[in-house]
Amino acid sequence: MTTVNINSISKDDLPWIIEYESDKCQLCGRCVAACSFGAIKVDVQKRKKVQAISNEEGFQIDEAQKAIPVIRQVIDANNFCRGCGICTKVCPNNAINVTRNRTEIFGTRYRAKTAQSVKRGGRSNLHTEGRTLDKIKVGRISQMTDPSLDATRHTFDLRTNLGRVVSADNLDFDVENGELKEKQNESLPVNTSIYPIMFSDMSIGALSPRMWEAIAIATAYLNEVKNIPIRMATGEGGIPDKLLRSKYLKYMILQIASGHFGWNRIINSMPYMIENPAGILIKIGQGAKPGDGGLLMAEKNVKLIQEIRGVPKADLLSPPNHQGLYSIEESVQKMFLSMNCAFRFKVPVAIKVAASSTSVSVYNNLLRDPYNIVGGFFIDGLQGGTGAAHEISLNHTGHPIVSKLRDCYLAAVHQGKQGQIPIFAGGGVGMNGNLAADTFKMICLGASGVFVGKLILQIAGCVGNDFGKCNGCNTGKCPIGITTQNPKLMQRLDVDRVAENIVNYITATDIELKKLLAPVGNSTLPVGRSDALVCVDKNVAERLNIQYVC
Amino acid sequence: MCRIGSIKSKKYIHPSKVLKLMRSQQKGHDNSGFAFIMQDLGGIFENYKDLPILSMAVTDEGMKYAEDLLHKIGFVRVFQYNLEVCPDSSLKIETMPNYVFEVFQYPKNYKNSSLEEKENLLLDTRLKLRKHLEQNEEGFVYSFYPDVISLKEIGDPNDIGTYFNLWSEEVNLRAKIITAQCRQNTNYDIVRYAAHPFFLQGYTTLTNGENTFYEKNKLMQQKLHRGYIGFESDSQCFLYTLHYVHKILKWPLKYYKHVLTPLSYEEIQKRDNKNVLERIKVSLQNLEINGPNTTIGVLPDGTMFNVIDSKKLRPTVVCKDGDIVVMTSEVTGANEILPTRDISKDIYTNERELVVVDNDLNIQRIAQ
Ligand code: SF4
Ligand code: SF4
Repeated sequence: MTTVNINSISKDDLPWIIEYESDKCQLCGRCVAACSFGAIKVDVQKRKKVQAISNEEGFQIDEAQKAIPVIRQVIDANNFCRGCGICTKVCPNNAINVTRNRTEIFGTRYRAKTAQSVKRGGRSNLHTEGRTLDKIKVGRISQMTDPSLDATRHTFDLRTNLGRVVSADNLDFDVENGELKEKQNESLPVNTSIYPIMFSDMSIGALSPRMWEAIAIATAYLNEVKNIPIRMATGEGGIPDKLLRSKYLKYMILQIASGHFGWNRIINSMPYMIENPAGILIKIGQGAKPGDGGLLMAEKNVKLIQEIRGVPKADLLSPPNHQGLYSIEESVQKMFLSMNCAFRFKVPVAIKVAASSTSVSVYNNLLRDPYNIVGGFFIDGLQGGTGAAHEISLNHTGHPIVSKLRDCYLAAVHQGKQGQIPIFAGGGVGMNGNLAADTFKMICLGASGVFVGKLILQIAGCVGNDFGKCNGCNTGKCPIGITTQNPKLMQRLDVDRVAENIVNYITATDIELKKLLAPVGNSTLPVGRSDALVCVDKNVAERLNIQYVC
Repeated sequence: MCRIGSIKSKKYIHPSKVLKLMRSQQKGHDNSGFAFIMQDLGGIFENYKDLPILSMAVTDEGMKYAEDLLHKIGFVRVFQYNLEVCPDSSLKIETMPNYVFEVFQYPKNYKNSSLEEKENLLLDTRLKLRKHLEQNEEGFVYSFYPDVISLKEIGDPNDIGTYFNLWSEEVNLRAKIITAQCRQNTNYDIVRYAAHPFFLQGYTTLTNGENTFYEKNKLMQQKLHRGYIGFESDSQCFLYTLHYVHKILKWPLKYYKHVLTPLSYEEIQKRDNKNVLERIKVSLQNLEINGPNTTIGVLPDGTMFNVIDSKKLRPTVVCKDGDIVVMTSEVTGANEILPTRDISKDIYTNERELVVVDNDLNIQRIAQ
């Protein structure tokens, strides 16, 4: 008698179950070759073959034991199926399929077996809150007294500002012959006009160099050909020298995160820069895993990454905090000032924080910065995506972005300083695929712009979703070649095609943004124009101070 | 949509002129009020050019409170003019018990004060008075400033004219600048304070259309100056922005246009003064208007001007004949007042200019 090994992980513990039909399978092996997670394997199955063989006496039964090759699901705590569906995609015979196991026991088994926390990429997979932005409608439509505009023919000014804005009475112009003149030697903070949507900070490391390159190409194309001045934030860890010394640097927002990775290289390149970067983003936190620093597993820390970041092969764990960061005021004096000085006050220096109950205090404090050197406030909500995080952070920490954005904006209104430190909001913006609608609503609630990351990966072909599908970005085995440093997997990504798709998506979004501006009768961005919005949820309406409708 | 119009004249004119200007412009069903402001006064006020005049419509209690308050502060009344009214039950008008224009001497301790100090005193006094009148429903105070009188009333504009005997050109009421509005399509509650023209410290504006950035404008303006109050109409925002740009920031008038309807970021990059224009655009982004509007304004020195929205959705015509310039939202009004003018010289303000009339009635078109 065999014992049943009831304490090990079994197939029905796994999050995804492979359904395999051996009679359809021609054993081409494509699925196994394509599965980057090693979650299926070729195996043999013992089969009894019963045959009737005719002879002189009639017939004779022949029983033979045969080994038949089959595809089998790997049952393992590490190489488990992520449900990415690549095997289904590549199978020419429709012989393999994958379905979600609704028991949701895998996390429990995993922890019990490995004494490790569950890690993954993607966004929060809990859907407890419902999507606030979808409960808000653009409800103030121009009729009669102020005509709606023609979205296709009217000229819209779809630009926003990045950079510290001083109040008009601090502009202190001279009047000469009826003209306003900037005072000589007057160093007012730099302002830059950019597109209100920004590609969020995803590093080379988290992303494959090919994916990162595709976003960079799309950025350059949108700027230079499409006249859409979109900016790309580089993420932690620096960027290649060649780009640092190219004219395209002007579209890049360089990030400094708590690990300071890549800054050696950036500083060494400074004498050779022919353009200033579009901005500097000091990353304090991120919405997907607030309170955590960056996490790049050794598997993904390949040679190129080691070179760019100037690090050895190892897990790269950025600390949760910038070393030496002691208080907000002092961060302004030290971090902001040194970054401003480094780029001769010609580049806006912004800060990115995870949305939190404390965001308003931080923002209030920064608004009082007497040196006018805080050029932007990026708040990242809990629906933001990440390349690698502990699932507990992804699902259970963080703060929704919508009310936080609103609170920060209204705090600025209270100080009479709205717009002085432009707010950029992200974390789930565009997660339903409708980036234009989300952007427009966030702008009406007070954002000067939004940043978007995970959606860009989905445009590139990411098969992951927020219902447990794939989310294997942390493993370095991304089946699409997006979040991997494996040279073979990377080759799966067609850089030009991805860049083209991103350009197309943003071009479509641009058209859709105009389709929202036109009916409210505005040709410029309605930053803070919350009266353009109505809400079908009473609590949300009350919380955001917009009109409730039903 | 409200009809707005203004007359600037080298000689003193009577308010019947603006009644005539506005009457022919009326269309549609809702003629809910009439209001005007007279500046650079002649007639019975000609001798009091430097002294503040209080314009209000009040109950007897309101009147008493006003008198007590001003007396307490130290103002001394030197002249009072009560509008004579001609009640008739057939007139469509909602009246107030008293319509008063009172001229005051400044308090003694203000004898050597600067104009600014005096202006502050007048503003604070008016705000205090307004607050009390509002709380106790005792009336409305429209202006308290030298050389200006204001009147606003709810009802049919023709009947308002008849009630106040404004059709007869009696000699008492005379001014060189008169701005007026015929209210129409009053979309919200009909409130006297919501009627244009709006006045603050020598600045007057009247606007029609819809200010779609009202919320942004209001939230910003509330913090800028204690005099920026009320907001009964989204058009008040235009006055406060004018006051802020021209009086507080002391910027030349042409920058008012750059604040109201800033050039696009792309257009700014082509300008020699792009740094200045970009600063203005971002620093005063909350004072931008993006709805269909036309605004006629008057500066303390008597300059009259017009700007329209950047989408050219609300027209205004500027017409001149001899000693009179008319700015108005419908040309029919100008035809009534200046029938023999050379209409080929009429100016329809475009979306990227400011049309300015100085005290010699020279008309200048300043491109944005
Ligand atoms: S769904 Fe993806 S992870 Fe699962 S077996 Fe197929 S290819 Fe492998
Ligand atoms: S980026 Fe790659 S690994 Fe991550 S969810 Fe998408 S397809 Fe999966």
